[in-house]
Amino acid sequence: MPSNDSPDNEQIKEQTDRIVPSLAESPEPMRSTQDTRAERQMLTGLSAKAAKSLSSKTPTQLAWRKLRKNRLAVLSLAILIVMYLTAFFGQFIAPYDYTSQDITSSFRAPVTIHWTPWPIVYDQTSHFDQYHFMIYTDDRSKPHRLLFFVHGTPYKFLDLFPTDLHLFGIAGNDKVYLLGTDQFGRDYFSRILYASQISLSVGLIGISLTLIFGLLVGGISGYYGGWIDDLIMRLCEVIMSVPDFYLLLALAAALPPTLNPLEVYILIIAMLSLIGFAGMARIIRGMVLSVREREYVEAARALGVSNFKIITRHIIPSTYTFSIVTATLAIPGFILAEASLSFLGLGIRDPMASWGNMLSAAEDLSSLEQHTWLLIPGFLIFITTLTFNFLGDGLRDALDPKSR
Amino acid sequence: MDEPLLSVKNLVTQFATDDGLVKAVDDVSFAINEGESLGVVGESGSGKSVTALSIMRLVAKPGRIVSGSISFSGQDLAKASDKKMRDLRGNDIGMIFQEPMTSLDPLYTVGYQIREAVELHQGLHGDVARIAAIKALSDVGIPNPGERVDSYPHQLSGGMRQRVMIAIALSCNPRLLIADEPTTALDVTIQARILDLLISLQRSRSMALMLITHNLGIVAEVCDRVIVMYKGKIVEAKSVDELFKNPEHPYTRSLLNSIPRLDSPLKTPLPTVDWDDS
Repeated sequence: MPSNDSPDNEQIKEQTDRIVPSLAESPEPMRSTQDTRAERQMLTGLSAKAAKSLSSKTPTQLAWRKLRKNRLAVLSLAILIVMYLTAFFGQFIAPYDYTSQDITSSFRAPVTIHWTPWPIVYDQTSHFDQYHFMIYTDDRSKPHRLLFFVHGTPYKFLDLFPTDLHLFGIAGNDKVYLLGTDQFGRDYFSRILYASQISLSVGLIGISLTLIFGLLVGGISGYYGGWIDDLIMRLCEVIMSVPDFYLLLALAAALPPTLNPLEVYILIIAMLSLIGFAGMARIIRGMVLSVREREYVEAARALGVSNFKIITRHIIPSTYTFSIVTATLAIPGFILAEASLSFLGLGIRDPMASWGNMLSAAEDLSSLEQHTWLLIPGFLIFITTLTFNFLGDGLRDALDPKSR
Repeated sequence: MDEPLLSVKNLVTQFATDDGLVKAVDDVSFAINEGESLGVVGESGSGKSVTALSIMRLVAKPGRIVSGSISFSGQDLAKASDKKMRDLRGNDIGMIFQEPMTSLDPLYTVGYQIREAVELHQGLHGDVARIAAIKALSDVGIPNPGERVDSYPHQLSGGMRQRVMIAIALSCNPRLLIADEPTTALDVTIQARILDLLISLQRSRSMALMLITHNLGIVAEVCDRVIVMYKGKIVEAKSVDELFKNPEHPYTRSLLNSIPRLDSPLKTPLPTVDWDDS
């Protein structure tokens, strides 16, 4: 075997220094670019172009390339990104606070925007019809220009930066109800935005907790096996054998009414995760059982890698693709469960808004006939659920190692 | 050298299955000297691989080493602590597995997987570890090691992957390399190249080699000495030349007879291994 200072090794080190850009600060100064390129060509027997095409793609890049070809998934991803961004900047986009009511503006219809070419909305006058429904009609004599970046209700952006800037609004004391108002005269558009912050985040936070617990519990169960495995799995089966929704209802009904809305929100997510994690843990355990018998795990053992590193570096990462797909497909479940609870009055409570409790205003058919815009939260739930499912399907295809 | 590098004495490894005790390795004794290459041949299930795994102390449950000693340069591996074994594995004893297609973790670059070994055993980090990985790849004859170090396993052919496995196993300069059917999953032309590579690496590093195979041709080409295993026992142990010239045990003879020969008459059926002691 050649010793470490043989010319052979020197040469290899020199080659490496030139091939590996990160080693540019090696003791030997870099030569001129031309010089190096010529040598590299000689060294690798490849032109620079061919060398570039050979440059390796990470599994993530490969998956992304496949996902991009699936138009439905890409469209879904785009819609979801827009929805989440809108929710993120909700307080800024919403012209009003979700609690500010105007009892004289109950059940206003969405306004019509007139393009003249600057967008204007008209003031509305109200009267009762023969069924004692409030009817609003545009008052053409009082136009309002729709203004952008107006100062309005003060709020704290991200709970940190106090500001009163809103994306749009109208001057004076009159208000613009882009999507109408609810029973109490609260701006529906603003409430939908505030509600989306809750409804959309329930899914993400819920699935994160579920995944963390599922990976942890399933990983331990699968790797160690034996009585630990038995104990954990029987426990999961107990949780899974209770009908989900009844368990959820029971837990939600047990929440004391004195809790503030934030606490309710956190507890609801915790409950959803508690119910969801058992199934996740079982599936992760199954995957760990199969992965730990794989030859590369055996090879890692034969290299002297410790159990902890084998679990964290080789076994759990092998379940990532599966976890990502399952998580994506499970998010709608969380959103729907929150909506169902809130619809029944056991979840997010008034005056806080969630898509579910907003929908409960639309349960009365005769009211719905008059005020069709009350269904908008339902439509948003529908879109979110659908797009997450399309995206999940797309991810499953893209991450499937067999289709590569 | 007086003391052999590895000396296995009366090794018994059993599997407690539902159908009773399976003696996979039953009272096996052999030794490998420094720089020597030992062939272990035998049919499937004869205990070759379990012997190798016993040396590495990697026999999976429900199997366990029941008795015997495995002395590797003065230490008894059968009784060594788990920590001690982890330090030895990969560092002093390297191992190559049969399936190059699945023995590399698909999630990491080959460079990462070589670095995993050198970082663990030689304390190398960052660029130094990377250079060591590139050097290990160039040692096993992989072209453009500087680029290949960033390749993922799925970008490499089976032969290349087996070269990478060898690179990983040799990255820490082990004194003993256990190769468990390293060429079985490869096609014949690649097999020859991988074997040539193994021989040249073994000679240049004066490393001991334990080559497990069921191919007597490979043994004839590579090994100095050979042991023939059958049903967990060693039925014959001698130098390769001796074995081919003068096979004593009826099972060995039967095994040798079953190799197709160029001078055997046409249209005669190939002889099967028909010796059975039971």
